[in-house]
Amino acid sequence: MAREDYEVVIGLEVHSELSTKTKIFCSCPTEFGGEPNTHCCPVCMAMPGTLPVLNEKVVEYAVKAGIATNCEIAKNSKNDRKNYFYPDLPKAYQISQFDMPLCERGHVEIETENGPKTIRITRIHIEEDAGKLNHDEYGRGSFVDLNRAGVPLIEIVSEPDMRSKEEVEAYMRKLKSILEYIEVSDCKMQEGSLRADVNVSVRKKGEIKFGTRTEMKNMNSFRSIVRAVEYEANRQIDLIEAGGEVEQTTLRWDDISGKTFPMRDKEDAQDYRYFPDPDLVAIKISDEYVENIKNNLPELPESRKKRYIEEFKLPEYDAKLITASKYLSDLFENATKVCNNPKSVSNWIMSDITRILNEKEIEPDEIPFTAEQLGNLVVLIDKGTISTSIGKKVLTEMFENAEEPSKIIEKNGWVQISDEGAIKEVVMKVLEENAQSVADYKAGKDKALGYLVGQAMKATKGKANPGMLNKMFLEELKK
Amino acid sequence: MKISREEIIHIAKLANLNLTDAEIDKYTNDMEDILTFANTVNNVNTDGVDEAIGTDNHNVFRKDEVKECFDRDELLKNAPSQDEGMFRIPKVIN
Amino acid sequence: MELYELTAHELRDKLANKEVTSKEITESFAKRIQEKEPDVKAFVNTTLDTAIQKAEEVDRKIASGEKLSSLAGIPIGIKDNICTKGVKTTCSSRMLENFVSPYDATVMEKINDEDLVMLGKLNMDEFAMGASTEYSYFKKTSNPWDLNKVPGGSSGGSAAAVAANMVPWALGSDTGGSVRQPASFCGVVGLKPTYGLVSRYGLVAFASSLDQIGPITKDVEDNAILLNMIAGHDEKDSTSANVEKKDYTKALVNDVKGLRIGLPKEYFGEGINPEVKEAVMKVAKKYEEMGATVEECSISVTDYALATYYILACAEASSNLGRFDGIRYGYRTENFNNLKDIYRNSRSEGFGPEVKRRIILGTYVLSSGYYDAYYKKALKVRTVVKQAFKELFKKYDVLLTPTSPTTAFDIGTRSNNPLEMYLADICTVSINIGGVPAISVPCGLDSQGMPIGFQLIGNHFDEETLYKAAYTYEQNTNFKENKPTFKK
Repeated sequence: MAREDYEVVIGLEVHSELSTKTKIFCSCPTEFGGEPNTHCCPVCMAMPGTLPVLNEKVVEYAVKAGIATNCEIAKNSKNDRKNYFYPDLPKAYQISQFDMPLCERGHVEIETENGPKTIRITRIHIEEDAGKLNHDEYGRGSFVDLNRAGVPLIEIVSEPDMRSKEEVEAYMRKLKSILEYIEVSDCKMQEGSLRADVNVSVRKKGEIKFGTRTEMKNMNSFRSIVRAVEYEANRQIDLIEAGGEVEQTTLRWDDISGKTFPMRDKEDAQDYRYFPDPDLVAIKISDEYVENIKNNLPELPESRKKRYIEEFKLPEYDAKLITASKYLSDLFENATKVCNNPKSVSNWIMSDITRILNEKEIEPDEIPFTAEQLGNLVVLIDKGTISTSIGKKVLTEMFENAEEPSKIIEKNGWVQISDEGAIKEVVMKVLEENAQSVADYKAGKDKALGYLVGQAMKATKGKANPGMLNKMFLEELKK
Repeated sequence: MKISREEIIHIAKLANLNLTDAEIDKYTNDMEDILTFANTVNNVNTDGVDEAIGTDNHNVFRKDEVKECFDRDELLKNAPSQDEGMFRIPKVIN
Repeated sequence: MELYELTAHELRDKLANKEVTSKEITESFAKRIQEKEPDVKAFVNTTLDTAIQKAEEVDRKIASGEKLSSLAGIPIGIKDNICTKGVKTTCSSRMLENFVSPYDATVMEKINDEDLVMLGKLNMDEFAMGASTEYSYFKKTSNPWDLNKVPGGSSGGSAAAVAANMVPWALGSDTGGSVRQPASFCGVVGLKPTYGLVSRYGLVAFASSLDQIGPITKDVEDNAILLNMIAGHDEKDSTSANVEKKDYTKALVNDVKGLRIGLPKEYFGEGINPEVKEAVMKVAKKYEEMGATVEECSISVTDYALATYYILACAEASSNLGRFDGIRYGYRTENFNNLKDIYRNSRSEGFGPEVKRRIILGTYVLSSGYYDAYYKKALKVRTVVKQAFKELFKKYDVLLTPTSPTTAFDIGTRSNNPLEMYLADICTVSINIGGVPAISVPCGLDSQGMPIGFQLIGNHFDEETLYKAAYTYEQNTNFKENKPTFKK
């Protein structure tokens, strides 16, 4: 059978670090980075005798995520211990949730080639992140840094509802966008604050039973996830086609070789021995609590999209693309506030910014400049300080070096020439040097004007005010 | 209750304990006795009874406010091996 | 009379009257410790030098007219599983032989706030697992009444030190009887408070849902005073109860008229030593004479309490003790090539046999396929036990039982059969499962001259009634006058 005769089945466990100020069970900061073990206290270092106390914001944020993904919110919930040994897990158990998660039975809608599709969400639960192991190249060993230990996470578990790598990417992007909009996570994948365990299985089309699945742990870029899904599905199909059987294992995706490898330690069958954490107490969630969060949820993308179409008169397609990312949407709104020219900001986002993001393979949250800077760029163009083509150069520069556009223009001497005398000088010179074109124009070849303007632009390195150039050429040619 | 040596070896592995042959024998015997006894809890009728985790408290939360972090040297001073402010262990390859 | 013979409240009064200084008191205890420690072996570590400095500081403050707690300058001993900043906290385990906590337990903050003088850290069964203090990695503590006998456990060092006048009072911890049983074996008063009354923050966890810190004292009054000091809500402990702070000394009233006492028959059955049974029945009679009503009652589910206890306690312990992995603190094996070696060898060499046994039991009952039959079931039985206590306390103010089925036994004669050993906890464990408070009070000596204790069990957060009943008994009998003989 051919690959086309198989169906790929994918389910995701997405981990998202919550953007609370403090860790889930102690008052240490969650800030990314910092000198090793400086965001720590006896609690997150699991010193003997220490006890956890749950951060109220973690519950609030998880419930928010549950509401935004159409989940039912549990009335009764609790924390459980998941027991296993690893050097990044100082208590030798992770405080998580087992059989009574905060949120269950939700769904989100994604766009596919064949129209909208619903991906069901099994559950969302809260848990603590682990620390970090650093390895040094001299083989002196590994080094444990517990700054990240205890940073709050939600784990969003989907049903195995996805059937292609495109659907996986659409689902991940959708979740990312939702979590960003409700402001519970900054979803910075490059810092690991959004990552996914990807479960992949294949079955022959028409088959009802799922195939044996493998799990790829800790994937933290869209590109890797998409590549890994494709690779792993093909590997499984090839294996089955060769008469083999897929083994239920945990795999590691290697981005460099583009292959999956079994994780070590197969000899130790895991048994997490979940049980309710006796150091923590029951979580009871009232209807009022849920209502209150519902009523205070930030504006979601659907509503923003509508507003952009009505208020700013953006085309639907543009409004949709911009609101797909909260970062782009915020960029749009805040830049518009500065320049009061939504159409122009939207054009910049839809064309040049999107193009550069694609070229650089970066996400909107990695855009280095601020919305204010973008707004200022539009103002400079609108005022005629620079031309649109110089604007493009400035924007490219802003991606490299997030300075104020005015500074970049000044540094590069890109200010538009709007001085009548200076422009006249250039026009005269071009006319003098291009007698043939002048003759052509006068003979009725309108195109010759474009050529002359182009020559003038070239002479001024694109800085001449194009409107003034045009006007002056016409005047001179009429003479 | 019959417990096999293999079960004890498996459990010891989960708990990260090395047991000598003599210890395995001893603990296998002990566990048979203790678990037979422990099993008597199943004589209690608990139909319709909820599990009691310990305390009757519920919704005990902490405000999301940063407190000053601990001095790193204090936190690391008991470490059997440390380097550059981190706990040092033999190389772990994931 | 030597200063070390006095109770804490007597010492407090002498300090208040300026009859003595804290330094004189502390030196008296230091001398007593130096004299008796070789026989009793109650301490893992003493802190006598810093104690004397602290006493001098208190004296200076008093002299300069500073307003201090009325208990400032009174010495105390601390069980070695309560974290003390800057002083080793070993849990009597090789695993923590050199561990110095970077922080103070909440009870230590309270004790330090009142300027008490810590004399040292007291011996115990390793990680509080045991009932004789023979499972200490460092030493076997002797019972001051007969040095060949055990002091009970796991807070054996605390009870022996109080009985031997090496400290005026001490803190212990009680997971299944570890304060009450050694108090009973050593002829002193020991309270296991209601679960949640005293913060567990800084108590190295054995079984989180059962552990409580409790006072061990020479008399009931001291016990109430020490509970006053350590009780109270703590935001660092989610299981800490947010209840109104009480003054337990107000309960020290010599009057039990109308007090309703239940005598649960399950605690007087087979396996209870006849001398113990007789002594406790005499206590019942005494209470009747003093105007209380005594009635036999039944709490049959407690027959299953011991099984429930060992499932819950060991399961929680197996998880709580996972953090001792040789990475951040504690013992690390010298014998390793890789991470797995560090884990397995450090834990195997660092933990003693009883700790390992309980970790294995606890790991087993939580493991896949067994969880429902053991752990989940035990959680349900706990609900039944709690309900049974609740029902009984509708009819009775307190329940009266023996604290331990026997008196102190000879060192080295503890059964090798763990099950028989666990049966020694039969009278105390159901109290921890129910989360209710209980106190052990001395009520005489057996034919070998060893102390017998009775246990009063109270309703949730009703320590006051326990103190009232215990105090009245103490005031109307003279068992307090019995003094240990240090028989060799």
